[in-house]
Amino acid sequence: MSRDRASRRLPIIITLIVGLMLTIMPLPDSIRAFRPDWMALLVIFWAMQLPRTWSIGSAWIVGIVLDVSYGTLLGQHALALCFIAFVTVRFHLLMRVFPLSQLSATVFALLAIYQFLLFWVNGVAGVTAPSITYWAPVITGTLIWPFLFMFLSGVGYRARSGG
Amino acid sequence: MVASRGNNTNPARIPALGLRLLALVFLSILLMYLDHRENHLDGIRKGVGAAVYPLRLAVDAPVRVWGWLGESTTSRNDLELELGRLRAERLLTNARLQRLTALEAENARLRALLDARTRVRDEVRVAEIMAVDANPYEHNLVIDIGSRDGVYDGQAIVDADGVVGQVIKTGVMTSQAVLISDTDHALPVEVNRNGLRTIAVGTGEIDQLDLPFLPNNADIRAGDLLVTSGLGGAFPAGYPVAVVNMVTRIPQEPFADVTATPSAALDQVREVMLVWSRPTVVVEDADE
Repeated sequence: MSRDRASRRLPIIITLIVGLMLTIMPLPDSIRAFRPDWMALLVIFWAMQLPRTWSIGSAWIVGIVLDVSYGTLLGQHALALCFIAFVTVRFHLLMRVFPLSQLSATVFALLAIYQFLLFWVNGVAGVTAPSITYWAPVITGTLIWPFLFMFLSGVGYRARSGG
Repeated sequence: MVASRGNNTNPARIPALGLRLLALVFLSILLMYLDHRENHLDGIRKGVGAAVYPLRLAVDAPVRVWGWLGESTTSRNDLELELGRLRAERLLTNARLQRLTALEAENARLRALLDARTRVRDEVRVAEIMAVDANPYEHNLVIDIGSRDGVYDGQAIVDADGVVGQVIKTGVMTSQAVLISDTDHALPVEVNRNGLRTIAVGTGEIDQLDLPFLPNNADIRAGDLLVTSGLGGAFPAGYPVAVVNMVTRIPQEPFADVTATPSAALDQVREVMLVWSRPTVVVEDADE
């Protein structure tokens, strides 16, 4: 059983490491603000596919790592990520039978919630309000979701069948 | 395979999900409170930061390899050209340095005459900027030395042309710094020509600083050099910061509209210097 769990976790961990690298990879200033929230997308995907292996606790830990690499308040991304993981796990059965278009709409809503929670914590902590491009990752994240979903489904299938 | 699939799509609810969420939300809020109000969580931050370090190295590696490849495949001709340029530059710098030694001695003598405290010479150390993006909504950079090398929070960072920023989060092996162009950064400066003191605030544009607190009748004009005044305690005095590029005086407004261009090429630097100066007073970080 433990070997089974470990082999299930391996693809998740690999995708997360790649996701974190994409997150901290330098981009030109002009497109920097449009970088999708890779970690949020990955958390949503894995919470939907493997809600037992991957749940809000793991999302929270990812959030802490993200907080440290961003240098934001410790717990800020953790809070936002574990909340969207909760929503996803709660409705994972429903989301699995959604057609891709409807699923993308759901992801849009989840990303908006995620970004809003971060925004809200920033507001309480007194960080200067960012410009309108702050919401750009919600759009780019939704646009990139179908491709990520199709790509990860292959990985996720292997993870489910334990191979 | 069918069995494992069935096991996984079991419609039974995940046990105690809501309770776990509640606990984690509470924990997050507690962490944020502790992190914001007091700085008790440096240990955690450093621990997790050490775990992120290899990732930062991995992201930085391709850029380094690219630079190295570029260097090792430059033609002999290019290298000779650069060598010639560097030789000429060295000659110029050395000539200036000779004068500096004499001037420093003269300065010390005059200060002794005036009975003023002699200036401590600042210690510096070169650090390399890692090609890693930190927070996308702030003007940040990550440098490759940390508390292991004696870096501390609030330390000033300069490059060959002027002030770049200051360290805000010290890790063990890497540190995060904020640029002077960040909207949350303010820097006490003085006009080199007449000693007029003011504050330079970041605008969020990489090539522009604002000087919002100058009255309309202030003696300032385009082309004036701004240097650090050393009054905030974080930055040592006398480093060039920016050159005033526009002064707009609007009669009915209380303050003049003054903008300046940072002397350091904030988005092009690859190597910076960290300055160790012994601050005489401990002042709150200007960026917090």
